[in-house]
Amino acid sequence: MANGSGRPLSPHLQVYRWQYTMLTSILHRATGIALTVGTLLLTWWLVAAASGPEAYATAQGFIGSFFGMLILFGWTFALFYHLANGIRHLVWDAGLGLDLPNAERGAYMVGASSIGLTLLVWIVGLIVW
Amino acid sequence: MANTPQNKQNLRSPLAEARGLGSAKYGTEHWWHQRLISIALIPLTIWFVLAVIAHLGAGYDEFVAWMRSPFSAIMMILTVAMTFHHAQSGMQVVFEDYLHVEWQKMAAIIAVKFICFALAAACIFAVLKISFGA
Repeated sequence: MANGSGRPLSPHLQVYRWQYTMLTSILHRATGIALTVGTLLLTWWLVAAASGPEAYATAQGFIGSFFGMLILFGWTFALFYHLANGIRHLVWDAGLGLDLPNAERGAYMVGASSIGLTLLVWIVGLIVW
Repeated sequence: MANTPQNKQNLRSPLAEARGLGSAKYGTEHWWHQRLISIALIPLTIWFVLAVIAHLGAGYDEFVAWMRSPFSAIMMILTVAMTFHHAQSGMQVVFEDYLHVEWQKMAAIIAVKFICFALAAACIFAVLKISFGA
């Protein structure tokens, strides 16, 4: 593996047995990257609103379309996942719950809360809409 | 190993040791700011989600009225500013971890920072423009 410096790299992912905690770590990065890309939609929405009624209607039209809703659904999950797992990371940064049972418990709590909150928000959202 | 305890020489001045900033001159600053902004983003994200639900399918006039409220405008500006700061700082770490060719890493970090701050400026300007009534 070339890393530019010729220094050795740590073993790669395929060396390790798959674990749920591993997935939560990978998903944190993946959702972070997805949310960064998603800020383009946020920017479009705000800039369109500032540009006037027509631009705003175009943006709202896209968001309300099937493709727009699909992106928004994924975006909602990514947001809640990154929020929940981010709180988990902050708890670790405070020096708490660093043992294996708590790491696994936290991982399940993050999975359940992010899926639960995503569904809750969409059910409430679709009722309100 | 070159740095076995018996031949380890400390070439750093006591002041450098006390400051603990290391060769990059930043020490834990990047890490600390990332946590600080993460904490700020918890209430901001919850506000954003609730506010968006409350304005789902809002027409133009409703949206403008929402952004004209000083509280909403300030919260939106804070959300946008913290979000883009967090995004560029997170993406920097991702690039540092996965891009091992120096010029590619630097180019990616510079690009993501410029784009994030430009988008943040566009968002904040948009909120202010609506808020001050254009």
